[in-house]
Amino acid sequence: MFRGDRLSREIDEELQSHIEEAIAQGRDPAEARRALGAALRLREESRDFRLIPWLDSLRADAIFGWRQLKKNKVASAAAILSLALGIGACTGAFRLIDALLLRPLPVAAAEQLYALEHQGIGPEGKPQTFDGWAYPAFQLMRAAVKDQAELIAISYSERTDLTYGSEQDIEKAYRQYVSGWMFSSFGLRPALGRLFTESDDVKPGGHPYAVLSYDYWGRRFGKDPKVIGRTFRMDKNLYRIVGVGPEGFTGTEPGTLTDVFIPTMMHPGAVRRDSTWTRTLARVKPGVALEPLAAKLGAVSRAFEEDRSKAFTNMPKQELENFLNQKLLLEPAAGGISDLQSDYRRPLAALGVLVALVLLIACANVANLMTAQAAARAREMALRVSIGAGRRRLVQLVLVESAWLALLAAALGGVFAWWSAPLIVIMLNPADNPVRLLLPADWRVLGFGLVLTVGVTLLFGLAPALRASAIKPMSAMKGGEDPHARRRLMHALVGVQTAFCFLVLFVAGLFVATFERLSHQPTGFSAERVLALETVTESPQSPDNWEQVAEHLRAAAGVESVAVASSTLLGGWSWNNFISVNGGPPSGVLAYLLSVSPDWRETMKIPLITGRDFRSTDAEPGAALVNETFAKVFFGGENPVGKPFEMLLDEGRRIPFQVVGLVRDARYRDIREPILPQAYYPYRSLDAKGAPEPRRSGIFIVRTSGPNLMAMASILRREVARARPGFRVTNLRTQKEINESHTVRERLLARLALFFGMVALLLAGVGLYGVLDYSVLQRRKEIGIRMALGAQAGDVARRVTVEVFSMVLAGALAGLALGLASVRYVEALLYQVKPSDPAMLALPSLAILAAALLAALPPVIRAVQTDPLTVLRSE
Amino acid sequence: MPKPDSLQGSLDLLVLKILSRRPRLHGYAILTAIQARSGEVLRVEEGSLYPALHRMEEAGWIRAEWITKENGRRSRLYELTAQGQKQLASEESRWLAVTAAVNRVLGTV
Repeated sequence: MFRGDRLSREIDEELQSHIEEAIAQGRDPAEARRALGAALRLREESRDFRLIPWLDSLRADAIFGWRQLKKNKVASAAAILSLALGIGACTGAFRLIDALLLRPLPVAAAEQLYALEHQGIGPEGKPQTFDGWAYPAFQLMRAAVKDQAELIAISYSERTDLTYGSEQDIEKAYRQYVSGWMFSSFGLRPALGRLFTESDDVKPGGHPYAVLSYDYWGRRFGKDPKVIGRTFRMDKNLYRIVGVGPEGFTGTEPGTLTDVFIPTMMHPGAVRRDSTWTRTLARVKPGVALEPLAAKLGAVSRAFEEDRSKAFTNMPKQELENFLNQKLLLEPAAGGISDLQSDYRRPLAALGVLVALVLLIACANVANLMTAQAAARAREMALRVSIGAGRRRLVQLVLVESAWLALLAAALGGVFAWWSAPLIVIMLNPADNPVRLLLPADWRVLGFGLVLTVGVTLLFGLAPALRASAIKPMSAMKGGEDPHARRRLMHALVGVQTAFCFLVLFVAGLFVATFERLSHQPTGFSAERVLALETVTESPQSPDNWEQVAEHLRAAAGVESVAVASSTLLGGWSWNNFISVNGGPPSGVLAYLLSVSPDWRETMKIPLITGRDFRSTDAEPGAALVNETFAKVFFGGENPVGKPFEMLLDEGRRIPFQVVGLVRDARYRDIREPILPQAYYPYRSLDAKGAPEPRRSGIFIVRTSGPNLMAMASILRREVARARPGFRVTNLRTQKEINESHTVRERLLARLALFFGMVALLLAGVGLYGVLDYSVLQRRKEIGIRMALGAQAGDVARRVTVEVFSMVLAGALAGLALGLASVRYVEALLYQVKPSDPAMLALPSLAILAAALLAALPPVIRAVQTDPLTVLRSE
Repeated sequence: MPKPDSLQGSLDLLVLKILSRRPRLHGYAILTAIQARSGEVLRVEEGSLYPALHRMEEAGWIRAEWITKENGRRSRLYELTAQGQKQLASEESRWLAVTAAVNRVLGTV
């Protein structure tokens, strides 16, 4: 189009010189002009030959393709729908994977960021990685590598209480401690006020300033510019807001949006050598080698730990060795660091593969559809060839039709992707700790969608297009090209579909079985209608006061029993120590401890095997309840009642206990691991003088008998505040929620894999039906003749289906082989499920068999009901 | 799209042949050359010459370039390409085959 103007001028110029030449040779000017005809008409004609005739043909093809789609409404709709599901699922998966795992943080030079980790042998003899350091260690490391990298300290982003007013208006926000120089290292500019600098991070406790995130500023303050200078109380400190961060920056932990940034020097553990709360990011200067840097940092870290470990008199020698022998690693962290990422990397990859397989099955369906339609259009193609359409033109024609299908499917799929990705995000974490992930719908996602659409178009459109363009007019006019080649292709595609479908169903079966096994793991206690109220107090309260509040709760309607404990079972919190039996050396195995009130065992419904439960007079140090595993590990399986043991603290202190009762095993920390040796001691602890030690936090475990758990929850929350002044419930969960939070990932995988397995089965079934239907149609004449010659119904059915079913069988076997081969990659996501278990293999086989029989029924019935006379007469 | 012109096929052949004998002619010169060589029998329709030339250029049988004449005006000269040579050879043999066939019919009937 742009060439048009220049072209027109050139053609005019040429015609003008033609006329001049004619005049020079003696012709009459007027006559010469007339002979040349209307210059305009000539110009238009000439231009047609040069000016992009291609666009014109494209337009014609597009209109023709649209009409073709409308002609076969049902088939087109089926094709578009199945493609839409595939494309939508793939794009949705990409959106999620990109937002969580791939997208770099919105900071300057994110690719230079690395996260520090130490890797070594943990206290239980198993290899583990840990990413926490004490802040003094961080300071030493930072100074040591000043020229090669800039180290930034951050904490986990945690939900805490704060109030902008009085104690009555406590609200929750996510807070992260960050180094003062973090913002400038990230190249960020404030949206309002100022951000932290190095000078905000010098004196412990001396910089009570806060920076809000842009998102929080909008949500909580409606972008009020007067927020600068406002103060809030958090953890007994008064903070002043000095600025708001830039739009789009929500901290360094994908899956959590930080609301409030605080300088690291304000952390209560800022100068403690034993509190490893600091996570470290390193911005490595370009050109610096990673290995020597990691080695240097590791040496500094080790020197610090060696110095600190001089005070560890109670650690067994081997443990000490392992503790010091840690390797420091630098992991790329352009996308930030979060537990959500490491937890979901593998599952999302597995889901991505499943979704891609579903898309391929859908493409195979559409390819079969187009192959079937191509047979009917052979004559039309032959006609086009004979009037001069080039091969390229025919390829373009078929590709345009494929593109229509793909574009419509992509539009529909885009809606599906937009709607589904946030739903999946909700399923990623338990409800009390929701995942907050920004899911931008920007050019990255659109670009992916576009590339996918183009790829899909070529995948199912190119082969039919090339085949259509290779048509020889004479053979087409005579009545059709080789039907066998086409049938072979369709059957091959059916085989491929079946293989993929089997694989998806097989993997889905594994995930569902894993979830079933995990969720039915016995916990050793009853979680029915149990609530856990995390409570804090203004000032430390004596255990007797805590017991008083528990009494008050017991009196409430619908409450069966109440206990106080330092934490919940399976609550993600654990406390362990080495113990020594009979004054011997520290055990090689850790014991896990929990402080509980006397009603705890009954509230949790853990059976007492022998001995007695706690009494209200029991206190710590003193009585202890141990579980069966503890007795097995430390007392050789004998009855432990009456036997003493000592808990060994790091500083050399030994706390004496005597076992008063043996209880049944219960799960302490994780559903997957074997039961840990556990000792429970009284919540009521006495100091050196024998006075009860006051506590500031505890958990009320309440077993209710009423039907409505959530109503009870709000009642109990109120009652705690009313029972004694100063007690406040800061977090409330049901024990069921806590238990289920351990299987969130497996639940997600099971649900989604099952859904996609059903979709794959449906698509494969529909594809099979289409192919059989087409086959029966093509062989109408043959069937009619056979029936006229006396063939039985069974014989006809067999003939029609045998080829396709043998393909299904071959496909299933191939799928089985693929499934067994792929087990290696999903093994980490499975639990107590053996892939070679016959039940796991039988399920997908049966499903595919059932689907195949169902899909084959209508075409076979139609074949068997063929009336030979009608068929033969119509030819 | 090329219009169904009865002389179109032969026009191509003639233009190609002229250019094979005398390369680098402009449109008017090709016109007069055909006229002259056919002994004033064939007069090419000027309205169809330039579309034909542009079509053949698009097909890659001839190439064109602009030159500036002494009087400052520009002129477009055409010459044959290698592909055009091949096209000329095939068109020429086809023409001879067709005319021989026609002659046979006229001779026997």
